[in-house]
Amino acid sequence: MELTKIKDFNELLSNISDSLNGKQREQLRDQIVKDIYSNAEVIADNNVSMQGEQTGIGEKIDDILTSKWLGFPIMLLMLGGVFWLTIVGANYPSAMLGEFLFWVEGHLSNLFMAVGAPNWLHGILVEGMYRTLAWVISVMLPPMAIFFPIFTLLEDLGYLPRVAFNLDNLFKKSGANGKQSLTMSMGFGCNAAGVIAARIIESPREKLLAILTNNFVPCNGRFPTLLILSMIFMGTVGGRGSSLLAAGIVVLLVLIGIAITLLVSWILSKTILKGIPSSFTLELPPYRKPQIGRVLVRSFIDRTLFVLWRAIVVAAPAGGIVWLLANNTIGGVSIIDYVANLIDPFATLIGLDGVILMAFILGLPANEIVLPILVMSYLSLGSMIEPDSADALRGILVNNGWTWVTALCTMLFSLLHFPCGTTILTIKKETNSWKWAIFGAVMPLTVAIIVTFLVNQIFTTLFL
Amino acid sequence: MGLTAKSSGLNLLRETFNLDVERNNPIIALAGNPNTGKSTVFNALTGLKQHTGNWPGKTVTQAQGYYENQGQEYTLVDLPGTYSLLASSTEEMVARDFICFAKPDATIVVADATNLERNLNLVLQVTELTDNVVLCLNLMDEAERKNIKIDIKGLEEELGIPVIPTIARDGIGLNDLKNMVTAIVNQDKQIKPVKVKYSPQIEAAVEELLPEIKNTLGELSEGLNLRWLALRLLEGDQTILDSMQNHYFRENLKGGVDCYGVD
Repeated sequence: MELTKIKDFNELLSNISDSLNGKQREQLRDQIVKDIYSNAEVIADNNVSMQGEQTGIGEKIDDILTSKWLGFPIMLLMLGGVFWLTIVGANYPSAMLGEFLFWVEGHLSNLFMAVGAPNWLHGILVEGMYRTLAWVISVMLPPMAIFFPIFTLLEDLGYLPRVAFNLDNLFKKSGANGKQSLTMSMGFGCNAAGVIAARIIESPREKLLAILTNNFVPCNGRFPTLLILSMIFMGTVGGRGSSLLAAGIVVLLVLIGIAITLLVSWILSKTILKGIPSSFTLELPPYRKPQIGRVLVRSFIDRTLFVLWRAIVVAAPAGGIVWLLANNTIGGVSIIDYVANLIDPFATLIGLDGVILMAFILGLPANEIVLPILVMSYLSLGSMIEPDSADALRGILVNNGWTWVTALCTMLFSLLHFPCGTTILTIKKETNSWKWAIFGAVMPLTVAIIVTFLVNQIFTTLFL
Repeated sequence: MGLTAKSSGLNLLRETFNLDVERNNPIIALAGNPNTGKSTVFNALTGLKQHTGNWPGKTVTQAQGYYENQGQEYTLVDLPGTYSLLASSTEEMVARDFICFAKPDATIVVADATNLERNLNLVLQVTELTDNVVLCLNLMDEAERKNIKIDIKGLEEELGIPVIPTIARDGIGLNDLKNMVTAIVNQDKQIKPVKVKYSPQIEAAVEELLPEIKNTLGELSEGLNLRWLALRLLEGDQTILDSMQNHYFRENLKGGVDCYGVD
């Protein structure tokens, strides 16, 4: 019986639809909305009174932060400032943590020897798993513990919507949505979070653009790689102003990421994702005094510990696997060397080498472990150096034939390549399609290969 | 067992929104514009007793939590922050469908006291849908700083719903809010919201439609807000029909063949 009701009901609707043409319908809709608004206006007018002029300090600040000429420089300065604080602030605690964790390692090794554990067990557990863990924690925890709270503070203060406001025009021109800058800021923390944040974009087409390009924002897993490489290759280690230069390079990389985001969005919206950008009203919320205590706690628990825990969960088994790969041989060559040699010719074309490329591939589960795997593979006997000494790291890399072009290509590849496994799965979940998930990995990979190939060819011909 | 078919029908409906009906809590919806401190209210009320998931079939985040007041536990459902319920986005549709079909026992609308006029649009649309609404007038401290004075009594009179001023981030006014919700749920407080007055053209069209709709729906029209439905039909809103089919008719169909009588 009810089924017929639905049919009747739908018929009724179509009857009403037929009795009105599109124009009348639109008029009715407009009139309904207008009536609600005027009701609200009357009620508000009757019960709200303003005494004196509004102070409007917020508006004055907004005029500066979102002005045509100052908006962008201020944004870049802020970004650079945050990176610089992170680099400078992370150095010392990183070294301390490293020292402590490797002191623990010494004792662990002694313990293993004392109980007479077999060599391979000590290798997998201590030289493989524990050492990778120690790396990830000592290299990643300090920058995260500094970067996230500052970032959350800016968010709480209300600065991020102003960034979206500044970038709105650029995104619109490339066929995307201005809110994409907000999902991109989330991507700094974690690309998977950035992909989920794309829910705030209503148009499905623009949401897809935001999801697919989120990878071009260096997430927290790749961020330390960029920071460390730029510190040891672009800035002379220890020199004055080196941290400033390193921060500058990272800002530059972020800008390249944004440029590529815009370019890819533009190309996609001209080809497979055709459409006109929808307009939206971006609201600039009032500035609010951030609740500093809560921000610190929230960013530490929600972001720092969350990301770190994920890294640890992936890094420990990965460390064990890499140790196994490095300590088992095929025809006298360790598996790592074997694979690295296999992909070396291609990797050389794009300015990397076989080991670097392999580290990126093995890093698919979590980008955090790319650098640890890389170092471990170079020291092919399956053990890593202590992470506290940037000089030692530089030494290893240079001994393995790294130039600043290698560093640049590695950073660019890290910035662009494919998102981590979690993010790819998240794309699948959010778009409900494996097709887009795979596209979300293959497209950035293609971009990464093209860019690093060009950079490598141009720079080696010009400078080396 | 002890439950009438009607109420267990409602429970079935509520279950489709991922609500845990076993708890037998009153369901409280939390609506509001973005940037009104709605999340602050949600967090302050529920504390750590909250969990997030997705709205069924949608990639929109759903947050639920529990709080206690006067010995009774309540389930608080955080609706997506929206400026209206006109279903022009998934978020607006989710919010509308929840109020419409899960029939929360009370709905709290959080409004920004510094920007009352724009926030009232949503309030008026919610009171069109359901009677049990309380307005949580948040950010009162910012309003005071901006020298904005609001006549709470006058507002209550013109809206026909209780208005509770709050400063959620400092926890001020939240007890009053909880007590008001309890009073509404226990029916100690009767609410008759003042409905939106539309222009004569619209009112006439609605009048014309009402008997037609009643006729078509027959006994199904009971418990449905026909005036509201007529307005949606005038707008040519197809989404409400889809939602009705999804939530309402399917459940009634089950009731028709009596497949749930015992809980």
